[in-house]
Parts: sequence; C-alpha cells; structure tokens
Amino acid sequence: MTGPLVLGIETSCDETGIGIVRGRTLLSNTIASSMDEHARYGGVVPEVAARAHLEALQPSIERALAEAQVTLDELDAVAVTSGPGLAGALMVGIGAAKGLAVSLGKPLYAVNHLVGHIAADILDADAEPLELPTIALLVSGGHTSLLHVRDLTTDVELLGETVDDAAGEAFDKVARILGLPYPGGPQIDRAAVDGDPKAIRFPRGLSRASDMEKHRYDFSFSGLKTAVARWLERAEANGEEIPVADVAASFREAVVDVLVTKALAACADRGVPRLLLGGGVIANRRLREVTIERAAAAGVTVRIPPLALCTDNGAMIAGLAAELIASGREPSTLAFGADSTLPVTEIQVSPA
Amino acid sequence: MILAVDTSLGTAVAVIDADGRTIGEASTPDPLGHAEVIGDLLSRVATPGISHVVAGIGPGPFTGLRIGIAAARAFALGRGIPVVPVPSHFAVALDHADAGRVAVVTDARRREIAVSVFDGLDAGGIPNLVAPTRLERQGTDLADPVIEATELSAVTLARVGARAIAAGRVLADAEPLYLRSPDVVQPGAPKRVSA
Ligand SMILES: [Zn+2]
Repeated sequence: MTGPLVLGIETSCDETGIGIVRGRTLLSNTIASSMDEHARYGGVVPEVAARAHLEALQPSIERALAEAQVTLDELDAVAVTSGPGLAGALMVGIGAAKGLAVSLGKPLYAVNHLVGHIAADILDADAEPLELPTIALLVSGGHTSLLHVRDLTTDVELLGETVDDAAGEAFDKVARILGLPYPGGPQIDRAAVDGDPKAIRFPRGLSRASDMEKHRYDFSFSGLKTAVARWLERAEANGEEIPVADVAASFREAVVDVLVTKALAACADRGVPRLLLGGGVIANRRLREVTIERAAAAGVTVRIPPLALCTDNGAMIAGLAAELIASGREPSTLAFGADSTLPVTEIQVSPA
Repeated sequence: MILAVDTSLGTAVAVIDADGRTIGEASTPDPLGHAEVIGDLLSRVATPGISHVVAGIGPGPFTGLRIGIAAARAFALGRGIPVVPVPSHFAVALDHADAGRVAVVTDARRREIAVSVFDGLDAGGIPNLVAPTRLERQGTDLADPVIEATELSAVTLARVGARAIAAGRVLADAEPLYLRSPDVVQPGAPKRVSA
C-alpha cells in the first residue's frame, strides 16, 4: 500500500523529532534529545530546549532524508506540531516547517501533538490494524491524558487529564526527593526492583468517592509527591533508615494504580474493550505489566506501540498528517501559530 | 537573487536581485506573532532563482529571533542553497552609513539594551563594526551618537549579505546572537513539606 510521502517536525518538548512516512509506512524516525542538558536542572528548561531544537533541526532533517532515502522534492507534504507543548519550543519547529513548505511549494499540515501520539500506533508494521473506537492513555513528562478515540482524523474526545503535574514530572520530582538523578522514571524503576509495592500505602489522587463525580477521569500527582516527601521527613526525624526500594516501589505503584484504574474505568463506562498506551512513561515496565494484567482480567485488549514511537517523535506527526491527506483534508493555511494548550478536539490546526 | 529573513524586531523578509534591486519585500513591525506571520510573508516574496538565504541572527528577543533563523535555514535546505548569517544590527548600520561613528541600539528586554558600535563602511561596503555587540543597562550614557532601531529593513539586510558574499567575508557564526545564557537556576535541596 502506498500513500502520501510526508515529513513531520515535532518540537513540543525536549525531543527534536523528524519523521518521514509514506502513508502508514514508517521510513524514518529521527530523534535528537536535549535531555542530557536538562539533567542538571532536574527538569526540562524551556529556553534550553528551544535553543537545542534550533541547533538540531537541520541536521535531523538531513539524517531523516538520508535514512528514508528520499529527497525533499519528492515530498507530498510537510507536517508540524502546533500544540500542545512548550510555546517557545513549538515555535522553532513551526518556523522551520513554514520555511521548508514555502521553499518547496508543498502543502503544510499543522497537527495536534496528543492525537499524533495515537497516530503513532498505525505506523507499527508488525501490529494488527488499529481498531476503533479505543480508549487511549497518554503518559509522559509533559502530559497525562485519557482520550476516547472514535476516529483518528475527526473524532477524539478528552475524557480527563492531570490537574497539576504530569505523571513523568511526578517521577522526576520524587526521584529528586530520593536523591536520584534525572530523568526520574528509569531511576525509580531501578530503585524499586527489590522493593515491596505494598510497603507504604501512598494516596491515589482524585480517587475518593467525592472526587469521582467531577474528576472521574482526571489525575493529580502533586499530593502524592508531597505525601512521599512527608513520609521521608517523618522517617528521618524518627532516625529510621530510609527503605528507598520500598518507597520507590510504593510510589510507583500509586501512580500506576491510579492510571490503570481510571483507564479501565473509561473502557468499562464507554463500553470500549480496547486501550491504547502512548507517551514516554510507557517505558515504565511496571506500568505495562499492571496494565496488561488488569486489562486481561477486565476483558480489555491493550495496544502498546514500540517505545521509539511512544516517546515524542516526528513520525507520529507525519503519520497523522498522512491520515488527514488520505481522508481528503485540505492543508492548513500558513497563518497558524503555537498553541501551548491546544485542545485535543483540534486534530488539524488552521484547516483551509 | 538573495532572500533575507529577520525576526529580531518585527518580522521582515525581502528578495533582492544581483544588482541589489528590490524584487519583493514583506514585513510587519509587530514585535510578536513571528510564528504566525512568517509563512505568509515568505510566500509573498518566494520566487525561483534564489541563490542564498541571509539570516538575521539578532540580537533580539530569543523566542522570536529563533523563528526567523529556523525558517531561513529550512528555506535554504529546501532549495539546496547556503545560509549567510548576518548580525541584524548591520542592516541598521548600513542605512546610517553616512553618519560616521554610531551606536546601533535595540531593546534587549529586562531593562537592558543591545549595543553595536559601527564606523562607516569598509572596502567591501560592509558596515565597520568597531566594538562587538554587548548588553548595557537601559539609560547608560553611550559615548557615540545613538541610533535606536525598532524595525529593520530586510532589503538592507540582504544587501549587507550580498556584499559579504562578494567580499568573501563571514560576518558571524550560524548561531543566534543570544548575548545571555539561558535563565535557569540549579535546583537546591528539596524543600521541607512537613510543618
Ligand atoms: Zn508527547
């Protein structure tokens, strides 16, 4: 099967992603990350990320073209993330995408980053075709969102999202409290290996009956972070030795529990026996294990794209644009900008 | 033909021909909204036959400045042509080349100004930068007559680039003239949360 040849540019956070697809076929997924530069600050610094994007863009585009063995002239369209994400970072990609599209005289598609995460799944050549509708749980350092996807290009509904920190941020912050380096996810995972996830019962955010009416599908991790800090301070004050493995495992269990519980609740409520995972935190093995185990018990099928397609990348942006083109959508006008809080219902930005 | 792109102040793009004549020019003085307007402005001047892209590399507010540089680089990549980085103050200086020794000044935010001192033109017709671009507190008394710019001409920037190409001169590195390190603080020890 062939389809439109699209180059996608993604710069919403700290990864400069360039992807090239032909329809649903992935030709290149090139990622340059500035993560190391953020490590000493314990989190993504927007200005550092934006500077890194500008430096990485051109070499990344050249690498992606070489890997895909295509030339810019052959492209049918250019695609770019318009939001949500860090405004200053998004704008670097938008400037580049517009410059490239005008230079080549090719159509430009401005798309939604979150819906891009879902589109990543269709680029997995080894997987069965994505069945819709599906519930999607997107978890990263920048977002934690639960979506009901009825159609990739026309109908995506936001069920809930984090009201404070993203799940990945919670991992980073708790890692710091435990004296572990950035990024926190893999560090917590390592520290938790021999820990007992049931050792400490940390709170599950927005899970009380009183929260469930208004925030049934929303997440909150800032209270959990504070609870971990308070627990550690009390243990220290009592002169106890800190059981780092147990704290890490129990904290992680609290995050995973609330993510999986709410995602499966959405599947049940909406009568959708399918759950798609996306976002960089999917790299967390415990999250994958618990999801698969509890989904199986609930009769829900789980889909997890390959990790390189779960983290932020340009291929998913190109992939989503290719779907828009295949469904006959006109390109975006050139007038769009960066929208750091772009709603998930705006799958394509500024359509002509 | 040379395309020049600058987003150090407003958003300005222009194309000049081999004789330095203006082929197309489009700009807005709005110091915001660079990402929104850059595509439409470029499409108004884009034409076949462009051989170089001059990128105004600032100084200027970082977020806006980067948009023009990113667009200039990507445009050049699309055409397979080189990027010529030109410090944006050179365009202002060329427009005031008859004034002798002058300090070109632009707002650098946070109550600071960016200052470049020029003195006439060199043999290649390129403004003579006699003191490297620096930051000063707003209100600092400068020794030289001040030319304060809030807009610049992409046509003039393209002409500076054309003269640099003709003279075989490289006026700047490819990276933006940030003049400031990213604004970040090293995290201290985690704060206590217990009362
Ligand atoms: Zn993401």
